[in-house]
Amino acid sequence: MMRFILRRTLQMIPTMLAVVLIIFVIFSVVPGSFITSLMSEGRNATNAQVLTHLNEQFGLDQPLLVRLWNYLWGLAHFDLGISYRTREPVWNVIEPRLWPSIKLALCAMGFAAVVGIPLGFLAALKPGSVFDSGTMVVAVSGLSLPEFWFGLLLMYVFALNLGWLPSFGYQPGSIRHIILPAIALGVSPMALLARTTRAGVLDVMNADFVRTARAKGLAEPRLVRSHVARNVLVLILTTMGLQIGALMGQAIVVEKLFSWPGIGSLLVDSVSVRDIPVVQGAVLVIVLWFLVINMLVDITYALIDPRIKVG
Amino acid sequence: MVLRFNFTLGLVLVVLVVLGAILAGHVAPYDPIMDADLMSSEMPPSWEHWMGTDGQGRDVFSRVLYGARVSLTVGLISQLINSVIGTSLGVSAGYFGGWWDDFVNGLTNVMLAIPSLVFALAIMAVLGPGLPSLLIALGLTNWSWTCRIARSSTLSLKNQGFVQAAKTAGFGDLNIMRTQILPNILGPVLVIATLGIGGAVLSEAALSFLGVGIRPPQPSWGNMLSDARELIRTAPWAAIFPGLAIFATVLGFNLLGDGLRDMLDPHMRTRKA
Repeated sequence: MMRFILRRTLQMIPTMLAVVLIIFVIFSVVPGSFITSLMSEGRNATNAQVLTHLNEQFGLDQPLLVRLWNYLWGLAHFDLGISYRTREPVWNVIEPRLWPSIKLALCAMGFAAVVGIPLGFLAALKPGSVFDSGTMVVAVSGLSLPEFWFGLLLMYVFALNLGWLPSFGYQPGSIRHIILPAIALGVSPMALLARTTRAGVLDVMNADFVRTARAKGLAEPRLVRSHVARNVLVLILTTMGLQIGALMGQAIVVEKLFSWPGIGSLLVDSVSVRDIPVVQGAVLVIVLWFLVINMLVDITYALIDPRIKVG
Repeated sequence: MVLRFNFTLGLVLVVLVVLGAILAGHVAPYDPIMDADLMSSEMPPSWEHWMGTDGQGRDVFSRVLYGARVSLTVGLISQLINSVIGTSLGVSAGYFGGWWDDFVNGLTNVMLAIPSLVFALAIMAVLGPGLPSLLIALGLTNWSWTCRIARSSTLSLKNQGFVQAAKTAGFGDLNIMRTQILPNILGPVLVIATLGIGGAVLSEAALSFLGVGIRPPQPSWGNMLSDARELIRTAPWAAIFPGLAIFATVLGFNLLGDGLRDMLDPHMRTRKA
């Protein structure tokens, strides 16, 4: 088992390196750096001497390969570089954003699970019924819904008209602030979970061991609980895990809409002022989160399902 | 029954949006950009303005119609680029195997790890806003599923009799991939492409909403929503209708894609029957 975990961890390294490389290459072909955009806005850095100085300070006067090497060397020491905008280490800019983002992803997933799993389950118990068709309509709609529009509608109804909840912003420890963004973000994983659960339950219901149990006269509720639920659980947990991994990247628009101080809104803000080191750092964090969660899902999978060969 | 109904609904929605986009110039009662009139701004829906007017007094209905052009152009062209990239990489990887297969596989995994909206946002930051940048950003970032399907289908096809026969008959590799393998994988590729168009429409709206996609005054559903956000208190219709248009379009392509998959997948067909 330890060897499996170790190997799975090491597998992340080449992917991570490739991501760093791709992101680095994309941003080194930027026409016009942060410094030229500063100049065009007529703020400081107008004379050539300051320009040269800034270029030197950020190492932009060095050849591409040297810069890449310096960046990788920094990364190996957990150094993401210096923000162009705030002149702080990038990590200091990113770190306070991490927890709000993770909290939002977890709450969105919580909403998705609480609504999606029961829906999918009930739909599968009566396939073809009105409830089943209705659930599938909700599911396909949830996957087609632009979440920032849905969020805007939620804001309009629950914050502006009814005044039940704050319309945007963040307070540490406040549950009221997280409800609307979490629902807006949770709708598409909710739809996906409902679909996956339904398909999984239907699959298991038609399996031989369920037919046998039923033929032996096992009562339906007990059958569902001990035979079906247990077998679908693995599928549900996998789907949930993969979704949590992807949610941080999906959250950028919702975070921006609700002025949520997470990685996503940091990414958007940094893109607009071309604070490249922060953009690179934020993308790396989002990718790393995805890869780590995927790895954890794989390991959990191997732990709970003895059929998966470990070695 | 339900399946047929969903597919038909999807088809109807997609046809409506396509018609709206093509006929925008004839159907739209007002000019989407020039007919701004501050005297009649933020008017609720009426016979004159079916979907009301926005903050600058422009007709929301006309702007939604013209916005369909942007959305469909981005959706169709960027997905076409994705399909071509994904299919060529996937088929060649499955067919040739070896180091090329390893390389394509690795690249696909990397692409799957970077969320496509994040990747597209990064590319937009480099290229700057506008339609061509959107086509590139969304066309280069969402081919991994196509590539996976194309590769696995090619792997299972390549050892079948008709491909082996073509090989023995002296067909060149390119020729075999084009005439023997490609026609047999078009089904699944088409399904993914249909679903992908919906995804691209959503991404375009999201990027324009964030201000890095289509820039105002040119109407796009995303930037209309972004403008309407400020007016949500006084003119909610300016936000409701562009969002509905996005929703209906994406729903249409998703239903169409699901329906196509069920029709093309014999396994699903027998189970449903």
